[in-house]
Amino acid sequence: MRHLAEVTLHVWRTLGLVAMLTVCAVASNVAAQQAPDITEKEIERYRAMISDPFANPAYLNVDRGETLWAQARGTKNVSLQGCDLGEGAGRIDGVYAKLPRYFADTDRVMDIEQRLLWCMEMLQGVDTKDVIKRRFSGPGIVSDMEDLVAFIANKSNGMKFAVSVSHPKEQEMFAVGEAMFYRRSSIMDFSCATCHADDGKRIRLQGLPNLSKPGKNAQETMGTWPTYRVSQSQMRTMQHRLWDCYRQMRMPAPDYASDGITALTLYLTRQAEGGDILVPSIKR
Amino acid sequence: MTPLIAACKIGRNVAAAIVGATVALGSVAWAQQSSKAAPETVASVVKNTWKAPAEGWQTRVDQDDTQRLCSETRNNPSKADYEKIRVRELATIVFPADGVVLGNWKDGEAVAQTGTGGQFSDKADGPRGGNCYACHQMSPKELSYGTLGPSLIEYGKIRKYAAADAKAAYVKIFNAQSVLPCSNMPRFGFHKFLSEQQLKDVTAFLFDPESPVNKP
Ligand code: HEC
Ligand code: HEC
Repeated sequence: MRHLAEVTLHVWRTLGLVAMLTVCAVASNVAAQQAPDITEKEIERYRAMISDPFANPAYLNVDRGETLWAQARGTKNVSLQGCDLGEGAGRIDGVYAKLPRYFADTDRVMDIEQRLLWCMEMLQGVDTKDVIKRRFSGPGIVSDMEDLVAFIANKSNGMKFAVSVSHPKEQEMFAVGEAMFYRRSSIMDFSCATCHADDGKRIRLQGLPNLSKPGKNAQETMGTWPTYRVSQSQMRTMQHRLWDCYRQMRMPAPDYASDGITALTLYLTRQAEGGDILVPSIKR
Repeated sequence: MTPLIAACKIGRNVAAAIVGATVALGSVAWAQQSSKAAPETVASVVKNTWKAPAEGWQTRVDQDDTQRLCSETRNNPSKADYEKIRVRELATIVFPADGVVLGNWKDGEAVAQTGTGGQFSDKADGPRGGNCYACHQMSPKELSYGTLGPSLIEYGKIRKYAAADAKAAYVKIFNAQSVLPCSNMPRFGFHKFLSEQQLKDVTAFLFDPESPVNKP
């Protein structure tokens, strides 16, 4: 299985992702004008492609994540299978649809990465310094975190986002996320809202989703992360996307798995309430 | 190859269409939360998120009074705050010593096209630009432009190349909020993001009769 996936990846590369991207650039403009004409059949085909382990390179991450999840590691030499991601120890089906969420044992709201790191430290006795150093994959760098998130998020496919804001700490975190969304700073005076609070805007030719309100844009956006980014030849999670947006904002790099990222992720995921999850997807 | 092209055609956010009719339901059920976070709580989360910025970068995390007011009011300051911001920002404008606000439009075009500079991934001494095309249509020949700001096509021509209007444009680019408090446009001169020469050059890009901006 893994071998086949690698072969497919190779075929992808040789077919020329560049050519494909050119097609995408042209076609996406066309698509913007012809959106209503999209047929059910085309959508089905796309669905089939991104859920096909042989067509989507991110399934390599899913495979690796599955192995990692079951591997005994750390000073306690146990696997992550005892990790409680919110629905009980070891349960992974559907957990991604409900994260970030409040965890009583830490008395904190945590996103998937924060929770995984906590489980590695507390449950397995893994020194996460090295894991965090490899948080984003790159040439010669494999990211345990990206692999684990790909594997776990994939187990929510076909489900809909349903994060809770019933606990006071969840309400507070949501409100912080909202405040951060509108928080202007740095040498360009940008906030997330500068680029993501209106319908149908673009930067250069890049379409910008309106993430300031519940509904379709937020659902489509959040329901397709984690994603294989063709332009980076890597699978990425929301941690990386927000790191990248803060880079554009001329902010310092936000700390990995910090509360600000969790707050924003909770805010965005709440806006995506009811949205279908179909991950890992493939994007530009 | 066909499925790939079909995929592209559908666009990057395909789930959109999938969701389309069916999921609109989900969003109706939930109305926007109204409770606001306490400023201290937001401040402490911000502090936790940027624990140790590199030398000289902490000021990028902290807000100035204008940024804070615009954030709190979501760019809709009260009348009194609007005036307070306008006056404060206007006082930051520095004109070239010789009073000439027009530079070289060709260099100005490069300023408008360049989007690099100031990111943590950029070299400190690398090329910097205003990235005006990210938000504005300018030369009719450049088709890759964003729509966060209004079109600036024929900006100088429409204003008959009047000196007072060129000066006003220089002011706008130096500090957009001195004209429109809480504008989404960056304050390029105020933050010293662009040099005085770059500000003059990009003003010339808008106001030189030879600039493609003014040649439909
Ligand atoms: C200066 C403009 C700008 C700012 C400010 C900005 N973004 Fe973005 N954002 C972009 C661009 C450009 C993209 C890429 C869109 C694409 O590739 O289709 C993007 C993509 C995203 C995506 C993924 C969209 C998708 O369809 O997959 C999310 C989520 C997002 N931004 C959230 C944020 C948040 C949260 C903030 C604030 C912390 C923020 N952005 C600030 C420009 C910006
Ligand atoms: C992040 C988006 C953004 C960027 C980048 C940007 N602008 Fe703007 N600009 C705006 C918006 C929004 C407005 C309209 C609101 C206002 O007037 O402040 C505007 C307005 C203007 C106006 C006034 C238009 C009028 O109605 O008379 C001028 C002139 C202008 N911009 C020039 C520039 C130049 C030159 C640059 C690059 C050096 C630039 N802008 C970069 C967003 C942007």
